[in-house]
Amino acid sequence: MDPALKIVIVDENPIRAEILKDGLREAGFTQVVHINETANLLARIYAIDPEVILIDLENPSRDVLEQMFQVSRIVKRPIAMFVDESSSASIEASVDAGVSAYIVDGLKKERMKYILDLCISRFNAFSRLQSELDRTKTALEERKVIDRAKGILMKAKNLTEEEAYSLLRKTAMNENKKIAEIAQSIITAADLLK
Amino acid sequence: MSTDRLRIGYIPLCDAAALVVAVDKGFCAQEGLDIELVREVSWSNVRDKLNIGHFDAAHLLAPVAIASTLGLGHFKIPIIAPFNLGINGNAITVSPALHRALVAEAGEGVVNPLKSAQALALIAKRRREKGEEPLTFGMTFPYSTHNYHLRFWMAAGGIDPDEDVRLVVLPPPYMVDSLARGHVDGFCVGAPWNSVAVDRGIGYILHFVSDILSSAAEKVLAMRKSWADDNRDTVARLVRAHQRAADFIEDVANRDEVCAILAAPHRFDVTSEVVQRTLDGRLKVAPDGTVRSSDRYLLVGREGAARPNPIQAAWLYAQMVRWRQVPLSAELLAEAKAVFRPDIYDAILGLPVAAGKSEPADSVGGFAGPAFDDSDLAKYLAAWAPKPT
Repeated sequence: MDPALKIVIVDENPIRAEILKDGLREAGFTQVVHINETANLLARIYAIDPEVILIDLENPSRDVLEQMFQVSRIVKRPIAMFVDESSSASIEASVDAGVSAYIVDGLKKERMKYILDLCISRFNAFSRLQSELDRTKTALEERKVIDRAKGILMKAKNLTEEEAYSLLRKTAMNENKKIAEIAQSIITAADLLK
Repeated sequence: MSTDRLRIGYIPLCDAAALVVAVDKGFCAQEGLDIELVREVSWSNVRDKLNIGHFDAAHLLAPVAIASTLGLGHFKIPIIAPFNLGINGNAITVSPALHRALVAEAGEGVVNPLKSAQALALIAKRRREKGEEPLTFGMTFPYSTHNYHLRFWMAAGGIDPDEDVRLVVLPPPYMVDSLARGHVDGFCVGAPWNSVAVDRGIGYILHFVSDILSSAAEKVLAMRKSWADDNRDTVARLVRAHQRAADFIEDVANRDEVCAILAAPHRFDVTSEVVQRTLDGRLKVAPDGTVRSSDRYLLVGREGAARPNPIQAAWLYAQMVRWRQVPLSAELLAEAKAVFRPDIYDAILGLPVAAGKSEPADSVGGFAGPAFDDSDLAKYLAAWAPKPT
């Protein structure tokens, strides 16, 4: 790989940008700059003068980069969107992952393919991490709701913790619902009856 | 009738009204269409997702549909537009400082676009002589009506938009902040962003684009040509639902309901009052509360606005040629015109659409220069070439 290649990452999500930066560093790219402030984006990019620009698709500033395709006085050197020979497949993979790549005209396609693939896999890894985190959060919240419902049942029906839980589980199975849903309705009912 | 599931992308702007109302008011459901509307953040995303088939159709800038068809800036995917979502609707807003400077040059004549453009030319020239940074204007995309509208206006006053000023792409939601922070001196954008700048007291609406071109195709309902060919019945249902929505929107009796639908948090997420101003064509143009009305501010379906007019596509192609984005050729012109499909619109709706009462003779109605004539674009464009001094 070419460590001299200058790469800019435009991403308002600092964690994802860091994950991508790490991946690029491991691959031997040392000149990676993260831009998280998109005001005056074009000026910032020109000051860095990169060969490669990576941007997340949730970023409205993607349209700003499209201006760099134009040949005009304010565009220092023309940029192209990275499109592989098997173009539609590579565009699809990057749109699915949520990232887009722009390169200076004339940059070798093989090198770019490697960077884009790395980028796509890091973006996908980040989404997996994100959904895992969401799942963990939900699980934690459900745990809390179930614990509260158990407490209410134990007090109201004079049950042990184990009995309270098995009552919740049995009811959930009978009504074809999740235990957390039954627990939530017990909490709501208890609040109403206060 | 079978139900078709479609994904349609859009950007939250007032000229997506027919699409959003067609879905949220149930006109699409009545046609057996189950539509998932996907709000997008950039035109590049809308274009790419339409091109690779993630979207079946999209609310799209008319020139982007032409650029994709011609393979400009990206790869070549033929796009067609069987329904025009909006005519006009853009405005040019400037900072208070630039507004003061323009008034100092042009006086009350500043409301006349030729006078304001000439005043702007003088201001730009003076800045250059003093070695100051050129004036900067925001627009939404290289292939955007906003880019061409600004250039058309400026060039009529003697400005070279590539030399005398700086035109930069900005996402519409960032326009107002950029003006407030002084990154731009003005911008051309659609509703509601001009009104937002005026409400914040940091901008003056200098011109409605309808002052510059009396009829300008803005956004279209775009789809891949191959998809439309394979799904003719679905296209027919979609166009019928859109026509019903456009008629519903233009009926003033429905205004409150329409504004509430569009302003909803999961749609445009603005106050319904701002949407109302746009649809009524009654805009606050200055921070002091001055109001200006125009019955041509935004046409969603009235006066035949929904019927795609290939002359509009020809005009947009002519701007691409004029600003050196594409070469001039009869083949490219024909390809560009074929994006706009009145034949499909007519076949589906079967109604004779009368030309609007205020429809200009050349279909465009530019405030300056010769009448638009696509039978001899070279001659039309030559008339705009800078005169030797």
